[in-house]
Amino acid sequence: MSVLHAVFAPGFFTSGPVLAAVLIGGVVALVSAPAGFLTVMRSHSFAGHAFSEVTATGGSAAYLVGVGPLLGYVVAALAGAGAMGALGVERHKSRDLVAGVVLGATLGLTALFLYLTTTSQSTSGAAVTVLFGSLFAVSSSDWPTVVALGGAALALVGVGWRPLLLSSVSPELAAARGVRLRLVESAYLAAVALAVALASMTVGAILSTALLVGPAAAALRFARTPARACAWAAAIGLVAVWGGIVLAYDSYDWPPSQQGWPVSFFVVFLVLATYLASYLFGRHRDPAHRDPAHRDPAHRDPAHRDPAHRDPAHRDPAHRDPAHRDPAHRGEA
Amino acid sequence: MRSPVGTTLRRGRASDEGPALPEGSPPPVLVVEGLTVTLGGREVLKDVSFNLHAGELAGLIGSNGAGKTTLLRAVLGLQGTAAGTVTLSGRRDHGSLGYVPQKVSLDPDLPVRARDLVALGIDGQRLGVGLHSSSRRARAEELLSSVGALHLADARVGALSGGEQQRVLIAHALASKPRLLLLDEPLANLDLRSTQETVSLLAGLTRSHGVAVLVSTHDINPLLPFMHCVVYLAGGRAASGRTAEVVRSDVLSRLYGQHVDVLHAHGRVIVSVGDEHRESGCELAPDDCAEEGQPA
Repeated sequence: MSVLHAVFAPGFFTSGPVLAAVLIGGVVALVSAPAGFLTVMRSHSFAGHAFSEVTATGGSAAYLVGVGPLLGYVVAALAGAGAMGALGVERHKSRDLVAGVVLGATLGLTALFLYLTTTSQSTSGAAVTVLFGSLFAVSSSDWPTVVALGGAALALVGVGWRPLLLSSVSPELAAARGVRLRLVESAYLAAVALAVALASMTVGAILSTALLVGPAAAALRFARTPARACAWAAAIGLVAVWGGIVLAYDSYDWPPSQQGWPVSFFVVFLVLATYLASYLFGRHRDPAHRDPAHRDPAHRDPAHRDPAHRDPAHRDPAHRDPAHRDPAHRGEA
Repeated sequence: MRSPVGTTLRRGRASDEGPALPEGSPPPVLVVEGLTVTLGGREVLKDVSFNLHAGELAGLIGSNGAGKTTLLRAVLGLQGTAAGTVTLSGRRDHGSLGYVPQKVSLDPDLPVRARDLVALGIDGQRLGVGLHSSSRRARAEELLSSVGALHLADARVGALSGGEQQRVLIAHALASKPRLLLLDEPLANLDLRSTQETVSLLAGLTRSHGVAVLVSTHDINPLLPFMHCVVYLAGGRAASGRTAEVVRSDVLSRLYGQHVDVLHAHGRVIVSVGDEHRESGCELAPDDCAEEGQPA
């Protein structure tokens, strides 16, 4: 019992804000897992970062206008997804450029909105809340919205799972199969937009990328299959968010101020810790040496006994002569 | 692509009659008729015609920039065409064509195993998560063993060598039971042994699966022992037919618009687009000379 008390400070399980944080944080961790996995698969973590900047603008605009920050996060993230989808779907390089341009502009807008908010409304906490989050300050009336949006994001990923995966492996293969790449990309962007908007509520807009990409990146070291990678990412995300809540609650009597440390710090710190641990304990540290392919002698493969291999043509010494060495061949190239 | 018209050099308005098939033979799997593709104002393919029958292995030969990939993309329906038709016999859906890109660039860290990629070949275009089923698993393993890659089933795709990845991609492409398999430069960057293994695997598939196979390559030699017919691209035009009827000095000289030597040595073919003939070639086809006179 004393151990339990040492971990969960008195009042943890009866505090309304804590329970709301546990519920909302749990939803966010579950939604971020598949969205983050696909982001890692598609090498789009920079686009994910751009989303976090866009949600910061949305959150600060919401404070200026006087509506709830969640509305601002979601509207801004979906608008960002639409812009990225319209401008940057075709080529990866151009998408990174687009994301870079959007990033700079939105940071400037965030600065403007936060400045106007603090000067006109004297609510000095807005900047910290938007940028770094405040899970305990989330209005408990928000949870139905959070659950609904999280469910929508999970449904998008679930419905589009196989085309999303195939197009992540190779857009060419997916297109040859008749997958509509633009549609799939839009579903992906919308799911990530929702995940980032929800993550912004928990750890703030700036840190939302860490919650999106961090657990997924660590999960790659533990999982062998895409589905298990999502499960690992969800588990790591839950540990980080809930662990962060516990530590933040415990930190109320920590120095220097006896006011508690920010929950976002603990969440992101735990994400980083699991990522580092994945390098130490992950099963797939060195895939080249652990894959069965490299243990199995290729000669067991029945195809190697194919009679075609004994074709005399292959024994012809001329066949071993690399074409490039033949000067006449260069003319044909 | 069979005789008698197969060797017709298709240039401009010359000889646009379709190949007359012998009575009673099955219709071709693929008929490409007068295909013209324009990219950025440039005619990449000009009036290309050929056809391909079930069980045939055809080489799509041409130098870099000759339009091989464009032709494959046009057959796949991923490339818009300015003129001409691409006709696939029977039903046409996304399972009737199998496509093998040159390489998929996947980080070795990513948890996509060979069996996952092959399973995505079975139903990767469908919606939903695709619940784990033993029949799906068995089918993926059957496909992997048909390309001699069952031992790679649990290896990550990104960690495979070029030749191993080719096998897995071929298994992926075969998953939808295609009648036509298109491969884009499958032999590029393979060592000699992998090259021979890949070619003999493809030849085996034409026999065991009755599938028609179109393989693009810039080097004709690895395909020679197994290839039934050839589509030779130069300057956007094509000559097609049986290998021996197309890979000849006179046919290729007409195709290139300049003198071409075809030399046979130890079972290999050396196609030499002679530099010394460039000037006379230019008189015939000045545009081609700029493109083809400087081989890549």
